[in-house]
Amino acid sequence: MTAVEEVPTSAAGNPIGFGRMVRKEDVRFVRGEGNYVDDVNLPGMLHGAILRSPFAHAKINSIDTSAALELPGVVAVVTGKDLEGLGLAWMPTLSYDTQAVLATDKVRFQGQEVAFVIAESRYIARDALELIDVDYDPLPVVADAKKALDPGAPIIRDDKEGKTDNIVYEKWEAGDEAVTDAAFAGADVVVTQEILYPRVHPSPMETCGSVAHMDPVTGKLILWTTTQAPHAHRTVYALVAGLPEHKIQVISPDVGGGFGNKVPIYPGYVLSIVGSIVAKRPVKWMEDRSENLMSTGFARDYHMTTSIASTKEGKILGVKVDVLADHGAFNGVAQPTNYPAGFFSIFSGSYDYPAAYCKVKAVYTNKAPGGVAYACSFRITEAVYAIERIVDCLAQELKMDPAELRLKNLLRPEQFPYKSPTGWEYDSGEYEKTMKVAMEMVGYDELRKEQAEKRAKGEYMGIGISFFTEGVGAGPRKHMDILGLGMADGCDLRVHPTGKAQVRLSVQTQGQGHETTFAQIVSHELGIPPEDIEVIHGDTDNTPFGLGTYGSRSTPVSGAAAALVARKVRDRARIVAAAALECAPDDLEWELGRWFVKGDPERGKTIQEIAMAAHGSLELPEGVEGHLDAQVVYNPPDLTYPYGCYICVVDVDPGTGQVKVRRFVAVDDCGTRINPMIVEGQVHGGLADGVGMALMELIAFDEDGNNLGGSFMDYLLPTSMECPDWELGETVTPSPHHPIGAKGVGESATVGSPAAVVNAVIDAIAPFGVRHADMPLTPANVWRAIQGNPIRTDMAVE
Amino acid sequence: MQTPAPVEYAKATSIADAISRLEALGEDSRPVAGGYSLIPMMKLRLARPETVVDLNGIAELRGIRVEGNELVVGAMTTHADVLSSAILFEHYPIFREAEHVIADPIVRMRGTIGGSMCQADPASDLSAVGSALRGTAVIAGSAGTRTVPLREFHDGPYETVIQTGEILTELRYPIRPGAGSAYEKVERRAGDWGVCTSGVFVVVSGGVITECGIGMAAVNADHYCAPEAEALLTGKAPTEENLKAAADAAANEANPNADQRGPVDYKRHLASELTLRALRRAVAASQGA
Repeated sequence: MTAVEEVPTSAAGNPIGFGRMVRKEDVRFVRGEGNYVDDVNLPGMLHGAILRSPFAHAKINSIDTSAALELPGVVAVVTGKDLEGLGLAWMPTLSYDTQAVLATDKVRFQGQEVAFVIAESRYIARDALELIDVDYDPLPVVADAKKALDPGAPIIRDDKEGKTDNIVYEKWEAGDEAVTDAAFAGADVVVTQEILYPRVHPSPMETCGSVAHMDPVTGKLILWTTTQAPHAHRTVYALVAGLPEHKIQVISPDVGGGFGNKVPIYPGYVLSIVGSIVAKRPVKWMEDRSENLMSTGFARDYHMTTSIASTKEGKILGVKVDVLADHGAFNGVAQPTNYPAGFFSIFSGSYDYPAAYCKVKAVYTNKAPGGVAYACSFRITEAVYAIERIVDCLAQELKMDPAELRLKNLLRPEQFPYKSPTGWEYDSGEYEKTMKVAMEMVGYDELRKEQAEKRAKGEYMGIGISFFTEGVGAGPRKHMDILGLGMADGCDLRVHPTGKAQVRLSVQTQGQGHETTFAQIVSHELGIPPEDIEVIHGDTDNTPFGLGTYGSRSTPVSGAAAALVARKVRDRARIVAAAALECAPDDLEWELGRWFVKGDPERGKTIQEIAMAAHGSLELPEGVEGHLDAQVVYNPPDLTYPYGCYICVVDVDPGTGQVKVRRFVAVDDCGTRINPMIVEGQVHGGLADGVGMALMELIAFDEDGNNLGGSFMDYLLPTSMECPDWELGETVTPSPHHPIGAKGVGESATVGSPAAVVNAVIDAIAPFGVRHADMPLTPANVWRAIQGNPIRTDMAVE
Repeated sequence: MQTPAPVEYAKATSIADAISRLEALGEDSRPVAGGYSLIPMMKLRLARPETVVDLNGIAELRGIRVEGNELVVGAMTTHADVLSSAILFEHYPIFREAEHVIADPIVRMRGTIGGSMCQADPASDLSAVGSALRGTAVIAGSAGTRTVPLREFHDGPYETVIQTGEILTELRYPIRPGAGSAYEKVERRAGDWGVCTSGVFVVVSGGVITECGIGMAAVNADHYCAPEAEALLTGKAPTEENLKAAADAAANEANPNADQRGPVDYKRHLASELTLRALRRAVAASQGA
């Protein structure tokens, strides 16, 4: 088990192993020398643009492309009819649904793909879109998930034979309903709250796109694409398009942010491939910002009726959640097959009680395909928000301090590994310790005093707590797959004769710093300086198979693989060293970077000397291969469970409803920290995201299904002006089943922080009788909440 | 990448050159100042001029000076220059307060006061400031120059009285010794358009308000001002009660629409609340002057 410890420093000043070091990839990024999909320019390359539907629901009578085809520079215009002929008009989603590549019968959301223009330049392609004449008959729209099941609601998915309603799935449940009902029946206090987690968007800095190059001679397809999961995409293209998988190379070069937005396969990727086949030239498709916001992977859209039962002393007895899930027009959710509501069932949270039950009903609406990840940890974001919000509602009902209520109910260290009432097995944790660190850092008792003094003067500050338990590193193959692909990841390591190494990963960074972190993992195991280890990723021809980066799975899964492959090399090195030192392998002992003879520390070989010997003429024992390479596939035994306690302090101006986030303390326990600086960066980003979602980010729709968040003027991302100086703390409780004890941290802050901000705002305005208001807590919404009339945020403001 | 429709570009070298080009090119041309409204609209293809005439090379359109009892600001003066102007701040701190909450530093480096006035966005902060101060616009055309009071400058949202072949050259604001001024704005996020804004000046003399101006943006007040509220205050003592009555009157002169920034009741409330807050500070400043 490894916590952060003092390690030696390399010649370049980097830690040999774990510790702070500047990211290796930053050299090219800060110089503007990254290589993104839009930087890929091939000889003879054409450009594609997509015509999108202005309507949320409309029948397509006809599409006239003749004028577009006459525009000089236009090479081809592809419609749904053309794709039908190729059997490509529809494609499977990652959740066993189908999605139109180009609409044939009708359009089902505003922004849906209708036609694809291929032209000599991006400008010409865009100009040509205006020359395509589509004759639509607008149809009644379902924009409000709550009306999707009304009798007489228009049927959105009439492409499915026999479909007579808008149900994606009727009921998915977890936990024991009878046990939970019994716990509620025996409770002193029951609190129920309708809680909406509205639609938000990942909004990566780089939008989605691809360059497809189908070589007409060799039949090989090379696809440069914005993907978080290059190997999974390769297999899906092979299955969908019938292309031979050995002739598909998916390259995900530098990726400018993913957050789940780049997990699904979008029609545009498929269209660039089709375009390249049709035109026999490479085709680039790069969506613009509005296209990204209006048509690609949204998240959330969960209407959660949440109830909590407790004794009058505040001992929690049970929690129930009844969810209405809005999946948009096509169920494009990316999550393991057996988990149609993702890992939402972890909603029982960080507390010790025996009874929990949830049921989820999912519906289609005339909205872009929703529910795809987005730093949501397979919907643990929604789960944490529901439990942390309802715990605060209970505290208010009991007139009990929310910190005290949490401390009274947190799981205790001796309960780990802890089997939750919905079937999860939390690996390790010292929750009370972490919470007390956070309370001490923020000065909780003094803040409560200040709050009381301020209230007496008519000033409103609030303190909000969120204690979250994450579950990351999907996942064990026997339980978890996506489209039948098990969620294990490979890793290859080659140590060259001079002792420099290359490690090949199946996961793909989108800014997480893999080129540094994974070099540090190998460095930690082998003692090779991190600057001597090159991390290779994002190219299916040059890396082993694996399911990619999302759900904070890189460190828990691939990080384990990297450690194990390095250990395999270390074991091989031991045999080589023994041959070189003319002793038995068992006589050798390891110290960082070197095998030496037990009891004779002067006699030894460094890993670099061993690497040369392994490639040289040294005679090796019978059955031992030369060189110093190894491969592994890591199938995680279980998820890892990072957790943390976040405390937010806000000031609210009741006259305007404006919220100022004054302070934010985040104490994370993600087990072993490989590079604490990278961990802190990840947490900073997630906290900013949390402030954004809590206070401003939103994709709402009006009754006609118009997307009201289709540009950065409408979809607000937080700036430095809205973010306080983050105050970070840590505790370290390593995962007992991970080779280096690391738990993954990518989404912790996004998962944990929104509830802290919302709880703080509600705490501030509680004297006005407010118990809840839905995100985002814009000034208008806060003011309205104070008036007793909070805004319904998923629909247009009226 | 957003791709605008095809467009021609011409760089004007003087006011006369700009006017003659715009006149010759006619209605399908647009002058471009900082470009922070026009260019995004072109990229979204909401605007598609055939030619843009760039005014950035015309030095005589920049600068801030005092002329007689007026402050004169060249139309191509950037937000950043308005923000940092000691002359404007000395007479009307409202300029600095408003500029502090306009967009972000990057936009303020290129965006101009004239571009902002001519865009006439309903949420335009400087339009509210200009109307509050009862400034005038100086407009040049081939027939010569004309001046138009800013309270007659707008023909509706995004529409001004400027005709094809004319450009705005200057903005003029009367100097009022002893005036106090203040600007209040609620926005959802730094850099967003206001949900509602209010900017005021008052001159308090001999215990009464002798002159005042109230401007509001983002709530569809006619010409961004509240004349009935001003009339209520003029000649009255600056008591909290009188300020409150004027603020409520201002809210009645607002005609807000519901949108994602907020519902009507909230925006109307803000019109009153922000006007009251601005009046309090302006009165305190005038009394301290």
